[in-house]
Amino acid sequence: MKDYLVLRVIAKLMIPFILLFALYVQFHSDFGPGGGFQAGVITAAAIIFYAIIFGLPAARAVVPDRLVETMVAGGVLLYAGVGVAGLLLGGNYLDYFVLGRDPVAGQHRGIFWVEVGVLVTVAGVMLKIFYMFADRGLDTEDDA
Amino acid sequence: MMAAVTLVIAGQRNLFAVVILFGIYSFLMATVLVALDAVDVAMTEASVGAGISTVLMLSALHLSKGVEIKPLHKPLLPLLVAVATGAALVYGTLGLPAFSDPDAPIHRHVVPRYIHDGPRETGVPNIVTAVLASYRGYDTLGETTVVFTAGIGVIALLRRVRRRKQGGRA
Repeated sequence: MKDYLVLRVIAKLMIPFILLFALYVQFHSDFGPGGGFQAGVITAAAIIFYAIIFGLPAARAVVPDRLVETMVAGGVLLYAGVGVAGLLLGGNYLDYFVLGRDPVAGQHRGIFWVEVGVLVTVAGVMLKIFYMFADRGLDTEDDA
Repeated sequence: MMAAVTLVIAGQRNLFAVVILFGIYSFLMATVLVALDAVDVAMTEASVGAGISTVLMLSALHLSKGVEIKPLHKPLLPLLVAVATGAALVYGTLGLPAFSDPDAPIHRHVVPRYIHDGPRETGVPNIVTAVLASYRGYDTLGETTVVFTAGIGVIALLRRVRRRKQGGRA
């Protein structure tokens, strides 16, 4: 697909907006619909779009496998870490009230980091699955 | 309209068309969910159902043949099972409270507390986010772990195949 000028230009135009929309869905989820899961999927979709248009090696250069695998585990650890932080600050596990100066600020901080954790894991898993599938396609082509 | 799409999917033998029709089905489902005021779920359906899974199905299609083979036996027994299950589910919905009935048990347990105290306690106007991330934080942690486990499972399965193909440890 690398040779189609229209696709390349449109992709370059759209990907920043897709990523921006993912960030909007992520950080505006307090007020509108959305959250970590949806934002993670949209982020992964932007990078998959890039991989489809510019080829898998180009996408791997932007988001290497190592980073993706770190994201898969890092998001869950971040989520669980918010719970542990609540424990260390004297609350129950996943109790956000103790994380800030007052309970509402603590809630905001807790929800923020938890949603970031969900985003990171979901985006990582979606990308990893796509990389795996696309990789196998390349392998079978080489064998044939 | 969704029923029509489902019938076409069942009758279609060209797998590429089936994948695209699944995407259309997901978008229709998303519009239904918007009509039901479940915007968060609609967003998930549109991005996961129509977006990511279409891409994954296409890349899976890339690895297989484009046309479904003729089934070896008559599809009567599966049809019977599907119709019986569907009938049982419809029978089950007859026992549910009417749609958006304010006296339904689910609206009388913890929901009033979430609606009245949620914005004050969490400072988050979107109740869905408040419930998901704060009141039901454990459940969301579990869901994230499920996604994580699924990813690890796919990595474990597909990696081994690739290594064997390269003649790694034989």
